[in-house]
Amino acid sequence: MRILIPVDEQVKDTDVCMSFGRAPYYLIYNTEDSTYEFIKNIAAASPGGAGIQAAQIVVDSQAQVLLTPRCGKNAADIILGANMKVYKTLNPSVQYNIKAFLDGQLNPLTEIHPGYHNHGGN
Amino acid sequence: MKIAVLSGKGGTGKTLVSVNLASVAEKASYVDCDVEEPNGHLFFKPMIEHVESVKVKIPKINNEKCTGCRKCVDFCRFNALAYVNHSVKVFEDVCHSCGGCMLVCPENAITESDKPIGRIERGISEKVQVHTGILNMGEASGVPIVKQLLKNDTREDELVIIDAPPGSACIVMESIKDADYCVLVAEPTIFGTQNLSMVHELVELFEIPFGVVLNKCLDEDNPAESYCNDHKINIIGKINYSQDLAVLSSRGEIVSRIDPQYQTIFKLILEHIVEEVGYATTSRT
Repeated sequence: MRILIPVDEQVKDTDVCMSFGRAPYYLIYNTEDSTYEFIKNIAAASPGGAGIQAAQIVVDSQAQVLLTPRCGKNAADIILGANMKVYKTLNPSVQYNIKAFLDGQLNPLTEIHPGYHNHGGN
Repeated sequence: MKIAVLSGKGGTGKTLVSVNLASVAEKASYVDCDVEEPNGHLFFKPMIEHVESVKVKIPKINNEKCTGCRKCVDFCRFNALAYVNHSVKVFEDVCHSCGGCMLVCPENAITESDKPIGRIERGISEKVQVHTGILNMGEASGVPIVKQLLKNDTREDELVIIDAPPGSACIVMESIKDADYCVLVAEPTIFGTQNLSMVHELVELFEIPFGVVLNKCLDEDNPAESYCNDHKINIIGKINYSQDLAVLSSRGEIVSRIDPQYQTIFKLILEHIVEEVGYATTSRT
């Protein structure tokens, strides 16, 4: 199973990033062989629709599970549409949350926010 | 002649100035481009003669033709498209209706469909033709409504007063781009002056002749007036802070229709603009 988490840096002890769509990297932990890989999130620099582009990257990564503190509506439409499971992280520690998820301690993410899009700019 | 009335921030008196300029003219059109919160109609209370819907184009994907090449997804700079579960998903709220996805699709699997985003109400109030743009709640951009509002429905010789949205973003540029003159309304606060400087920069960029109307003037230092003096900006009118004016406005009254004092103030402002634009036209030719 491949578990994906938005993170701040490209190291396995990094923190969970508070933003899903604008996280600089995504960490993928593979439970089969206990390996880590990192994907650069090119959507982080996107002027608009970052959540949509980020969700596309996440869906294309072939991960089955997303652990994140929060997720916007557009991104959730894509991720849930691709049948990925989404769980809410409990604290900033990547390692803690992977372990908690594997122990069945994480709850599915239920609050999907409408997005933090800037208004009026267009 | 098209006169656009704008200000950096909301609540400075754009609608007060534009409604009254249209009212003191022999004959005028008033165009409310503040489509997120149009309020000129509250003063004019026009008899609505015509309502039209404003629609934008949204891509429609033919899944039978789509081969999943993702050229459209990669092309869309607004990220309005995603490829999930072997089909393209369209995020209508994010789409800017550019039509690019349709052009890049090698399979001709994309067509466009209409999506209503608002409406335009046209009516009459005494000698003023009132055109109001109204954006549906929740829609991201009112620019298509402003485009339709200002689309060649006015003759060259007619006086058109454009009540612009607040700020200096795309929708304001769309509202003023064909204007012959811009009226910048400013209030006597530091915040108001900062916002005045933003629209000042904008009209300089568009190279449109402009002047400032100082609203809510008090018997004390006016930072907006100092800004105008420092930048050699023409002050074309001053309206004093007045509780009576506020009360009349809150009742939806057009002050120049009921108070000769205000009728004079706005007539002088309008005459000044007409003279200046006339002069600008002559000096250009």
